[in-house]
Amino acid sequence: MGTLEFYRTVLFPALNKGLWVSIQIIVPSAVLGVAIGILAGVGRSLGTSRLSRALDAYVAVFRGTPLVVQLMMWYYGLPTVGVFLESQFGPGVSPLSSLFRLSPYASSVTAFALCSGAYQSEYIRGALLSIKKGQYMAALSLGFTRAQAFWRITAPAAARRALPGCGNEIIYLIKYSSLAMIVTMSELTGQAKGIATMYFRYLECYLATAGYYLALVTLATWLLSWMERRLAIPGDPGLS
Amino acid sequence: MTAQLQKATAPPAGRPGDPERPGATCTPYAPGAPPVTAAASPAPPHLLEACGITKTMGDKILLHEVSLTLDRGDLKVLIGPSGGGKSTLLQCIHFLNPPDGGDVFLDGESARDMSRMNICLFRREIGMIFQDFNLFDHLTARDNVAVALRRVKGWAKREAYDRAMAELDRVGLASRADLYPAQLSGGQKQRVSIARALAMDPKVMLLDEPTSALDPELIGEVLKVIQDLHEGGMTMLMVTHQVGFARHMTKEFLFMESGRITESGSPEELLRDGSGSRTSDFCSKLSEIQGG
Repeated sequence: MGTLEFYRTVLFPALNKGLWVSIQIIVPSAVLGVAIGILAGVGRSLGTSRLSRALDAYVAVFRGTPLVVQLMMWYYGLPTVGVFLESQFGPGVSPLSSLFRLSPYASSVTAFALCSGAYQSEYIRGALLSIKKGQYMAALSLGFTRAQAFWRITAPAAARRALPGCGNEIIYLIKYSSLAMIVTMSELTGQAKGIATMYFRYLECYLATAGYYLALVTLATWLLSWMERRLAIPGDPGLS
Repeated sequence: MTAQLQKATAPPAGRPGDPERPGATCTPYAPGAPPVTAAASPAPPHLLEACGITKTMGDKILLHEVSLTLDRGDLKVLIGPSGGGKSTLLQCIHFLNPPDGGDVFLDGESARDMSRMNICLFRREIGMIFQDFNLFDHLTARDNVAVALRRVKGWAKREAYDRAMAELDRVGLASRADLYPAQLSGGQKQRVSIARALAMDPKVMLLDEPTSALDPELIGEVLKVIQDLHEGGMTMLMVTHQVGFARHMTKEFLFMESGRITESGSPEELLRDGSGSRTSDFCSKLSEIQGG
């Protein structure tokens, strides 16, 4: 098979298929990660001390352990819990124990969302801390309730501060989605590896794959800077 | 039940000027103590009365049973050295920073007894002007004024905007309505913040050094707005170092130092040459710095 023929009939179709799988992993993980990050970040900065300690522990664990290890725990480790339950309580609990058998896709999204959320919460928390208390006080002085003052005044300002950091984390996520390969997902990197080993064309396969990721990241960067521009406040040097 | 019995059997709390209990001062708030009731006074209530306001931070006493009253149309001026508790007092009166002891009555209603929801109602009756403006950075001048009308008073967008424009016009900034705080000068920001407070139709305005963060040439425009408000009959309590301005408008200076109001009286009385008052000493030092 000629080189061009190989690209046209084997490599790019496989990578395109992988790209679609990657997108299906990245988008829900990013959305869930941001949502978890917002909840955890707000809880850590404003929650009761017990809640914020619990969330600190979550961040410590998910930021403090390798993502590969987390991923393997979700996919290979968790079903053991189901096996244990069945050994203890008989086959009657198998509907319950099946909950612990995550598909490769579900374990990838779970791992990425929880890990990403831990980092996102840090950006959100930092942004909330950076907002001067004065605007919140001014809102209270006008008769806003504390919840209104937070959601109407502090949160919009904090969201703008958090955006660059959160965007950065999403760009990381695009790249670490390649780890889904190790729990048997045929996403971009998984496809590349399959083709490369089958045809012994490592350099071309991985170079092309790198190009795909670069394109994804460029697209994300472009989207994020468009959002930053849209949300920028005229005249504010820190945000525009 | 117990609380009701206590209320019924407790003697009426004394208040300054209470004819039945001459010389009595209002009872500082303490949990379990009989509540201070403004209704106990036969005199019509002051518009705003702060009673025995105490505030501590750790071991430090920031405010030491401070009491003051404001009647409709009053402008009283709080002066005194930094760290004396002036700003803390304003925040306590507004319950932005609830006092540890004492109570505030607005039209005879105790803020201490209010639920969290009613405190929001109480706060919106009192306008606050901050030294560093505290405009909402992500909103235009118009939205800064309208946002509380819409979210707190529940007005429709159009009504809120109409009112916002009217208030901005009153402070001379109607042409700047679409600019964001970062595009305004300090004096303009402070005028927007005054418009924002006025839009809520407050009964009282508390001004916390409204001109201290401004360049000297911008102070005048803000003082002009404050003067117009005073002439329009607004009740105000103002912390300021602009003694020269304040002495011509106010009938009463309150000198505050170390968490207490140590002197009060008319500017003529306190600033008379040779009066030996702490106020006159302080003011002459201020005017040395300000050059008049």
